[in-house]
This record gives sequence, structure tokens and C-alpha cells, in this order.
Amino acid sequence: MNAGLEHFLTVGALLFGLGVFAVLTRRNAVGLLMGVELILNAANLNFAAFARYVEHGIDGQVLAAFVIVLAAAEAAVALAIVLAMFRNFGTVHVDAVDRLRR
Amino acid sequence: MSGDLAFYGFAALTVLSAFYVVFSRNIVHAGFSLLFTLFGVAGLYAMLAADFLAATQVIVYIGGVLVLILFTVMMTRIPRRGAGGRGLDRFVPAGVFALLLFALLYKVITGTPWAEKAPVSADPTTARLGASFLTDFVFPFEFVSLILLAAMIGAAILIRDRRPAADDGAGGAAAPTGEEERS
Amino acid sequence: MSENAVLQTALAILLLPIVSYVILFFFGKKLPRRGDWLGTGLLGVAWLLALRIFCHFWSVGDPQLRVHGAWPWLDLGGFRIDAGILVDGMTAVMLVVVTTISFFVHMFSIGYMHGDRRYERYFAFLGFFTFSMLGIVLSSSLFFLYVSWELVGLASYLLIGFFFHKPSAAAANKKAFLTNRVGDFGFFLGILTFFTVCGTLDYFELFAKVHQGAIGGALLTWAGIGLFMGCVGKSAQVPLHIWLPDAMEGPTPVSALIHAATMVAAGVYMVARLLPLFDPGALLVVAYTGAITAFLAATIAVVKTDIKKSLAYSTISQLGYMVMAIGVGGAAYGMFHLTTHAFFKALLFLGAGSVIHSVHSQEMPEMGGLRHKMPITFWTFLIATMAIAGVPLLSGFYSKDAILGAALSFGMLEGHFAPFLLALLAAGFTAFYMFRMVFLTFTGKPRDHHKWEHAHESPWVMAGPLVALAFLSIVSAGWRGPADGWFARFVAPYDMERVVARYGDAPAAQVAAVHETAAAHDVAEASGHGAPETHAAPETHATTDAHATTDAHDAHVEHVHHQAHLIAMFLSIAIAGLGILLSWLTYQKGRISAAAALARFPRVHNVLQNMYYFDEFYAATVYRGVLAWSRASGWFDRVVIDGIVNGCGYLTRFTSWVIGVFDLRGVDGAVNGVAWLMQGAGEGFRRVQTGRVQTYLVFVCFSVVLLIFVFRAL
Repeated sequence: MNAGLEHFLTVGALLFGLGVFAVLTRRNAVGLLMGVELILNAANLNFAAFARYVEHGIDGQVLAAFVIVLAAAEAAVALAIVLAMFRNFGTVHVDAVDRLRR
Repeated sequence: MSGDLAFYGFAALTVLSAFYVVFSRNIVHAGFSLLFTLFGVAGLYAMLAADFLAATQVIVYIGGVLVLILFTVMMTRIPRRGAGGRGLDRFVPAGVFALLLFALLYKVITGTPWAEKAPVSADPTTARLGASFLTDFVFPFEFVSLILLAAMIGAAILIRDRRPAADDGAGGAAAPTGEEERS
Repeated sequence: MSENAVLQTALAILLLPIVSYVILFFFGKKLPRRGDWLGTGLLGVAWLLALRIFCHFWSVGDPQLRVHGAWPWLDLGGFRIDAGILVDGMTAVMLVVVTTISFFVHMFSIGYMHGDRRYERYFAFLGFFTFSMLGIVLSSSLFFLYVSWELVGLASYLLIGFFFHKPSAAAANKKAFLTNRVGDFGFFLGILTFFTVCGTLDYFELFAKVHQGAIGGALLTWAGIGLFMGCVGKSAQVPLHIWLPDAMEGPTPVSALIHAATMVAAGVYMVARLLPLFDPGALLVVAYTGAITAFLAATIAVVKTDIKKSLAYSTISQLGYMVMAIGVGGAAYGMFHLTTHAFFKALLFLGAGSVIHSVHSQEMPEMGGLRHKMPITFWTFLIATMAIAGVPLLSGFYSKDAILGAALSFGMLEGHFAPFLLALLAAGFTAFYMFRMVFLTFTGKPRDHHKWEHAHESPWVMAGPLVALAFLSIVSAGWRGPADGWFARFVAPYDMERVVARYGDAPAAQVAAVHETAAAHDVAEASGHGAPETHAAPETHATTDAHATTDAHDAHVEHVHHQAHLIAMFLSIAIAGLGILLSWLTYQKGRISAAAALARFPRVHNVLQNMYYFDEFYAATVYRGVLAWSRASGWFDRVVIDGIVNGCGYLTRFTSWVIGVFDLRGVDGAVNGVAWLMQGAGEGFRRVQTGRVQTYLVFVCFSVVLLIFVFRAL
């Protein structure tokens, strides 16, 4: 079976599902962040696949490049938040940080 | 046929290592596993004739984001008992949702008549990407640079030690008292 | 010297004193000798530069020579003000007068102010004053004239109140400032009137406009009187003269510089400079004001025992002369008297300062017999006294004589003899009180031996200026009248034909025609009087030609002038001699008892001693009027305004009460109901909020999936 658009999309969907699962289950904020990265990669993969197989020029790759850049920014800020959280609460567990509730 | 072989190789690498990322109990292992996932995705990019994206993926994700993640892992203590505390109360609904989402996506992917075109020969795309950035996408391009700047400043401010050294020495002990009461 | 060189030199003269001011103000304390040498030195340089300009104008010898440079200072499209410098003969003379007196006063002050706590500040203020005064002299537009005018007012305020720890000095500078405000208000109105009507502030554009008849009739008269009010305030003319005697609270050298020689003369200079803006009606006011001032002040000076106060009234009187001279059509004579008066009055004040410095008193009854103790002061003071009294061959004689002649011919032509008579009487009084001062201070027996013992001649920095000024008091008139002596090379009475030929176009000569004719013929006449058959001033012919049709009238006028000047000369010599004689008999020989005279006319003495009750009059009218008005305003404020305000307050309170009840019952009920509802809902929804991020994520995912299915179903 030739590798076509649907194959790539399937890989993207798998990555997406795994990312969502990680985000929902991980207690460690860093692990949660990894899940987010997986989701972003899934989206990127879809972009690149569509750019290759669907008549829309190169726009998909451009958007994927933007996503990569934004992901980098997001990672920097998120990890800074994790560090700040660790300094302020002494933990990186997201469910331990529920001050909003109180 | 060699392309197919490569695709399956990369796809397997990506998906399997992603599984390990998600299910590993050790966060450090998960981080290293993420490396392979990202590398696999980079390979898939290459197969999609997105050479620039592949290179960027390697440089930015593996060289930047992953290193950052690992640093953070090292700098925050790994809770001993944290790995085992994954209760079923969230495991089951999360798994159900994830599966549901995947099923949904798969149905969409297979059920949609995609307007596919014949894959053209894989030319290097860097030049076209650059032109796109500076013509059609010039505004998002500038905007993204602004966001990067803001993120940089924001990260620096967040990470800054606001309080004098005395508090810093107390480290994790500085947790609010209400924490213990609740849990 | 080229025109440019003249302008640059003038600019340098203007800026040197302000440089002195800035340096001394900020760094004076740190300089060696606290910077007195710097201020004096810079003024010395300015003096030399002024002499250079003076020599240039002398060598040209044409009163019509004008150097006029202007630079745009403010340009708002249609509205434009130029910063201009005007140098002509009158300016050249004034430059020399101001810088000379200022230089000698600087020098004198080194000795006089020695050891004062604010020594450097004093010199800084002197520099500031000199700058402002030169600004008045050099300005070529009403705008900068007015600016400098106010600046000298400020300098005067600062220097009168230099010893501000004395309450009397603090009161005096306030009084001077406020009194000047009254005059400056009129001055400002006058300037605004001219600007509104003519649309320009430049002197020569204004002259041309006025000459073309752009402004005329009563408006021109009143605008001229407005301008003259500035002069009344600044030059201490009746009725605004009251500040000048009080201004003597300032250091004596300051009195010499500002309140005798230069600043108070600024008013005279201003009127002379702007003469074409005054019509005959306004000039008549000027003439009478000057004459009345000259007479009143001279009579008051007779009874004053404070040497500086007496000199102050003398100054007022002499300023009255100058103002009157302008009013009767002898502007050049007024300026001439200004020049000579500056030297001998500065000398008198510095001499008085020398005496005060020596005996530490200002009261003449405590002096006497100082002649041998202070020979230099005595002789220089005597020279100045003779000059002001009008002893022939001294400078004051020529200038005063010219003014009296002009006043008499004005009377003979116009029928107004009062100015001449008042001025003549004032001349007699002047001679009398000046010699009284000399006799009381320097001759006879010492009346206070303690003070006499301690008296001493002043150091050379003080005596030097006295000698120099004495020399100038003798020679500054040059043994000729103003019309044919050296002064004629610098100042001619304003010649409208010339002014218009250069700056305007219309030939009409309707403005001040009578006065212009009179002034022009004064020149011609005075030439005949001083040196027969020398028609020195060529511009006279122009005017004469212009009025050729009235030849017969001219001949009459010329005849009258000739007569007037001869009569005036003899009369003035006679009355000055009479004054001196009476003074000698009274205070030297004791033939006439001053006390007996006072006892015989107690009322007159009272009136004079109280300075004609001017201050009391103002206290009774202006002050009480202001107070009454304030009380009325206060009552209005308290009763009417406060009533309205309080009424509003009550109304507001009542309304508020009504609204408050409605609020409590109606609105609050509704609000509380809503809040109760919200609280209940919140309690319910609260349970959803676990505070855990992942719970929220589950909700999000669930919602997304739900939405997808919903949309698919649709």
C-alpha cells in the first residue's frame, strides 16, 4: 500500500490522541507540556501533508513553520511558569496547584 | 517502494516513542522518548518534501524545546511517589476521550473525499517559503517576531527571583500552608 | 564705522552688562573680591564701546543719521514682531550717559558697599539694571521698549529693596512697583491702541502711519496720553511721583544710578523718542504735567532735612523740567537737560553718599562743617550744586536756559504762560534749596560733634568718580546751547518731513504741525541766540521750505523765539542769583531766620513738609476706595453668593434624602434579590470548579466532541 495523504493524517491523528491523553492524565506539569508538544506536532504533520497532497501551494508549510516558532515561544513561557510554580509551591504537580478554587 | 518503507519506519518510530512518552512513569525517560518522536516527525516532514520544516523541527524542537524541557525536569525535583499515583479515576475517562477523538478523526480522514493532486517532484522548498514569508505572510511573520520578543521578556520576568535570597534558600518549604490542610 | 559695525558694537554694549549679571549671580561668591572687578570691568568695556559709537556720530555730525537693524523675533504669519536695534544721535548720547554713570557708580559702590553681606548680588543687580536700561535706549519697537521698561522696573524693585530686612525698604520697593504699575497700565493701553489701529510696533512704521493719518482726532490724543502715563509713572511726575522719595531707601549709589540719572529719565527719553505719536492736545498735557511737577517738587525740596529725600525731590523737579520741555516743543532741549542733569545729579547723589558713608546719617541738621574734613566731596558737590542751580558757564545753565526759553516762546505763541512761570519759580527754588543743602552740610559750625569727629574723606574709589563726574558736570554742555553746541550734531527735533521721506510716502503734514514748526524754529532761533547767523542745522531749511507759504507767520515766530530766549536767559540768571542770595543770607549769614519764616507761615510749612498731602490723599481715596470695594465684594460674597451656594446645598440634601429612601427600599431590594439569586447559582456551579487544570480539559474535550456530533447531526 502506497503511503498517501491518509496515512500521514492517520499518524497525525494517533499523535493527537496520544497528546490529548497525556495532557489529561499527566500530573507532572512537564509531562503535560510534552503532551502539548505532541498535539502541536500532530497538527504540523497534517499541515505538511496537506501542503504536499492538496492543491494549495506551499501555505501549509508556512503555517507549520509559524506553529513551530510559536511552540518554541510557548515552551519557553510555559517552562518558565513551571519553574515559577516550583519555586512558589514546591511542586510541579498540576492538581496540587488549585488555588483558584479557594 | 523504498519511500513506503521509510514512511512506515518513521511512522512506527513516531507513534511508538509517543506511546512511551505518554505512558512512561519516569518523566526523564519520557523526555528522552520525546526526542525520538520529534525526530520521527522530522523524518515524515522530509518525506512530505518539506525539507525546511524537517530541518527546523530538528533545530528548534530537538535542539531548543527538548533541551529546555529536560533542563526543567532536572531543575524541578522528581517526586518519588508521583509515578505511581496515576489513579483510575482520571485514567479511564481520559482514555475514553482520547480513543473517541482518534476514532472521530479517523472516520473523518477516511470518510472525506480529499481533492488530491499528483505529488510533484520534491524540490527544495526553502526559497519558496522565504518568498511566502515576505509577501503573503509578511504581517503574521512580523507579528510572530513580536510574540517571540514578548515571550522572551515574559519568560525572563517569570523566572526572575523576585524575593530576596532568604526565601530562596527555603526552596520548596515555601509552600503555602493551606496546601497541607486541603490534601 | 560701517552700519554693521555700529550695530554689532551696540549689541555688545547691550550684552556686556547681562553677562556681568549672569556671572555674578551664579558665581559671584566664588570669585576673588566677590567679583566686583568683573562687573566694573565689563561696564568699563561697555563704556569704551559706547564712546566709540559716540565718536562715530560726532564725526558724522548729522542728527538724521540712523542705523537700524531688525531681526524677526516672532513670526506668526500675519503677526510679526522684530527684535530691532536703533542707533541714532539720541541713542548715542544716551548710551554714553548710561554707561558712564553706570561705570562710575560701579566704581563708587566698591567703596560704598564694602563689606555688605550680599555684595556680589548687588553688583549683579547693577549689571541687570544696566542691561535693561540699555534695552530701552536701543530698542526700535514699542514691544521691546515695553519689555525693557518692565525689566528696569524689576531692577529698580530689587535694588530699592536691597536692604529688605528694613521694613521701610520693603515697603518702599512695593510702593515703587505698584505706583509704576498704574503708569504702565496706561502705557500698555497706549501701545495696544497704536498697535490695534496701525498694526505695527516698529517706531518708524508707526510714525509713517500716524503721519498718513491712520489714527487721528481724540483717539490719537488719548493714545498719546496713555503713552505719557508710562512716563508719568517711570519719571515720577505728579501725581505718581510719590514712589521716588521712598525709593531712597535703596543704597545711595543705586539712587544715583537709577533714581536720579538713568531709569527715571527713561520716561523722558521715551516721550522724546516717540514724539511724532503725540498730537498737540497730548503735548499740552505733557507740558502742564511737567511744569506742575517741577514747581511742586522744588517747593517740597526746600523744607526736607533728609539729604537724600531733598535730592529726590530735586530729581523729580528736574524731570518735570525735561517733560515740560518736550511738551512745549523743545524735545531736544529736554534730552539735553537729561544729559547734563544725569551727570550733575549722579554727582550730587554720590557726594551725598560719600557724606552719608562718612557720618552715618542722612539728616542735614546733624551735619555741618564737613568742608574741611571732606574737601574733595565738598568741592565736587559745590560744582554740581552750581550746575543744577544754573550758574552761568556750567552745564546746567545751558540746558535749563534752553528749556525756559522754549517754555516762554510757547507761552508767547500759544498763550499758555503758566508752564513758563512755574518753571521759572522752580528754578529760583532750585537754587535756594541746593545751596541750603551745601550750607547745611559743609559749612558753618558742626552741629553734631561726635559725628563730625568721625567724619573722613572717602577712599579713592569713591572720590575718583566724584572728580570725574564734576569734570563732566562742568563741560558736558560745552559752553553752547543745545541747538548749536555739540548736541546739535546728535539730536535735532523730530523732523516729520525727513522721517516720512525715509519711512513713509504721504506728504501731508497735519500732525503736530504747530509744534513741529515751533521746534524747528527753536533750532533756528537758538542758533541766532548762541552764535549769530550760524544756521548750523541744515534740516531746518527743509522744514522752513515746507512751510514757505507761511513766511510771514514764520518771521513772527522767529522774532518771538529770539525775544523769548533773551528774556528767559536774563530772568533765569536773575532768579537763580536771587535764590542763591536768599539761601546765603539764611543759612550762612543768619540774616534771615529760617525758624522765624517757618513760624510765620506754619500752614505753608505743614503742607510742604507733608508733601502736599499726596500720600494722605491716596490713603483717603485710593486705599479707602479699594478697601471699601473689597468690603462690598466681601459682603456680596458672604450674603449673596454664599446664600445661593447654601441654598443649593439644602436642595441637594433634600433630593438626596428622597433618592436615598428610594435606593434603600427599591433599588437595594432588587440588587439584593439578584445577588441572592447569583449566590445560589454560584453555590451550585462552584462544585464544578475543581481548580484542577485537567478537569477543565476534560470538559473542553467533551464539549468539542459533543459539538462535532451535534453539527454532524444537523
